[in-house]
Amino acid sequence: MMAIRLFEERVNDLYTRALMPGLAHLYIGEEAVAVGVCEALQPDDYITSTHRGHGHCLAKGAVPHLMFAELLGKEAGYCKGKGGSMHIADPGTGNLGANAIVGGGAGIATGAAFASKYQGTGRVSVCFFGEGALGQGVLYEEMNLAQLWKLPVIYACENNLYNEYTHYSETTAGDIMARPAAFGVAAQAVDGQDVRAVHAAASAMIDRARRGDGPGFLLLNTYRYRGHHVGDVARDYYRPKQEEQRWMADRDPIALHAAWLLAQGIADQAALDRITEELTAEMDAAVDYAMKAPYPDPGRVDEDIYA
Amino acid sequence: MPEAVAHAGRVPPKADAPVREITFGEAIREALAEEMRRDPKVVLLGEDVAEAGTAFKVLKGLVEEFGKDRVIDTPISEAGFTGLAVGAAMTGLRPIVDIMFGDFIALVMDQVVNQAAKSHYMSGGRWKVPMVIRATMGATRRSAAQHSQSLHAWPSHVPGLKVAIPSTPYDAKGLLKTAIRDDNPVVFFEDKISYAKVKGPVPEGDYTIPFGVADIKREGRDVTLVATSSMVQVALGAAAMLEEIGISAEVVDPRTTWPLDEKTLIESVRKTSRALVIDEGSFRYGVTGELASVIAEGAFYELDGPVRRLGARHVPIPFSPPLEDATVPAERDVVDLVRQMCNK
Repeated sequence: MMAIRLFEERVNDLYTRALMPGLAHLYIGEEAVAVGVCEALQPDDYITSTHRGHGHCLAKGAVPHLMFAELLGKEAGYCKGKGGSMHIADPGTGNLGANAIVGGGAGIATGAAFASKYQGTGRVSVCFFGEGALGQGVLYEEMNLAQLWKLPVIYACENNLYNEYTHYSETTAGDIMARPAAFGVAAQAVDGQDVRAVHAAASAMIDRARRGDGPGFLLLNTYRYRGHHVGDVARDYYRPKQEEQRWMADRDPIALHAAWLLAQGIADQAALDRITEELTAEMDAAVDYAMKAPYPDPGRVDEDIYA
Repeated sequence: MPEAVAHAGRVPPKADAPVREITFGEAIREALAEEMRRDPKVVLLGEDVAEAGTAFKVLKGLVEEFGKDRVIDTPISEAGFTGLAVGAAMTGLRPIVDIMFGDFIALVMDQVVNQAAKSHYMSGGRWKVPMVIRATMGATRRSAAQHSQSLHAWPSHVPGLKVAIPSTPYDAKGLLKTAIRDDNPVVFFEDKISYAKVKGPVPEGDYTIPFGVADIKREGRDVTLVATSSMVQVALGAAAMLEEIGISAEVVDPRTTWPLDEKTLIESVRKTSRALVIDEGSFRYGVTGELASVIAEGAFYELDGPVRRLGARHVPIPFSPPLEDATVPAERDVVDLVRQMCNK
């Protein structure tokens, strides 16, 4: 979780200093979701991610220096600079790709689960999406198919309360949990700021899917500390400052987990500080690597269109 | 439409397998069956593809041979099962999805255009999407505006996709096998009228036809008719009529709109000095425009006049027979225009 936090702070810094091209959608505040779910997966299990995907990719095992290189459009990046922040993909960690179409990963994750069942590989897919994707019809087509065919896929709905600049209550009729229920898909709502709760719920769902008992739906209630993207700074028109401060002060996933570790005597403050220090050094080195890495040769623009 | 045409497809002399006359639809089914026997990773998904064998009965018998695990009836969720096929293709299968009416590709455009076509490039070449989207095309079945369109220009516009539009049983079988073995998403358009009406020689057993290789369906000297899919039969019929009035027409079928065999098109027109492009898609912003500009750029100095085009009228396909017949190019339209071009 701390690695994701420190990674995203550096993304914010690179972006605001105009060193990073394009768009940056930060995952800060939602770290427990990606970590709790991905810790419950095997290395060769699959995920699909979103435009706000850095956290998912890191939690599934992506390394920061190749992530930063991709974010800066460098040849050394995960996608040779052709994907960027919203399209990190990595077969090596089972990452089928971050998707910049809202709900765009639903078909891919469900299809990977179909292939897993067909080939008997035992792999599970997790489809991460924000609550904004509840407005996309294809998500429901996929949930219907997954339940009909008992596919090992978990639909992980991160409800960070905002569809871009609009509170989800203005876009979402009825009850979110009634949606999976309508298809008979097993579902559970979880405190997305509590990494142990996320992990426990995800583990149960994933084990169940792996056993052949069909898909699951996790509603992970969380909060996006920052704007829709880095440039979304003046947010008063859609949400009050106090709301943000309340979540940061009372519901921060890293602070909550650190407090638990200390209370249980699993770690002392010095150990936590050391982890933070090591991660800070790793992230700084990763940024440095990416900054120094060369851009792709323009002649490579025509490569990789066809396999 | 012409009755089953004997010269619909020429078999290269080196083919040594026994050759029979079969229909376009039978050739499609044969390619699917042979590929499913060859490769257990090939699965078929779509609406009523199993026992029903699709609305056109083209897939009849496949579920009996390959079972319901590989010939899979889906809900009426084109985007859902096509999106699922993208993920399955990325993770080890070679799915073929059946889009019953080509008009329904409007329902799967995000899955095809933003997902299937982009995954390889966006991942820097690290993921592959080996899938086939089979869709029908073609009017004159009195099916009105939502079951009659020829939308092959749409995927041809999208880098990352390949698009095949066979006109003969021989080409259909060979190109479909190539599509299934290709590591990229291929959109494969089958003319509905051709399923039962176009018959031609097809070798038994395995052969493939490479993408991006046009076929000269008839040789000629005075004018090149570049024709696709259903319009190849129209062009061949017109060429026979033109022969009677002393005009020798060459008929060239690109067979795939992408990759495109520009060289064969240009060389033919350099020889004949006149070109007419005929395609069943809507006339505006479509395949005829692209092919005509390739020819105009490549054979400008050899052309005796502007490259001409015939396509479907730029209207939604109407229901009433006399209205519908007025929308699609016919042999008479080709003959009239070619006579004009040749001053005869």
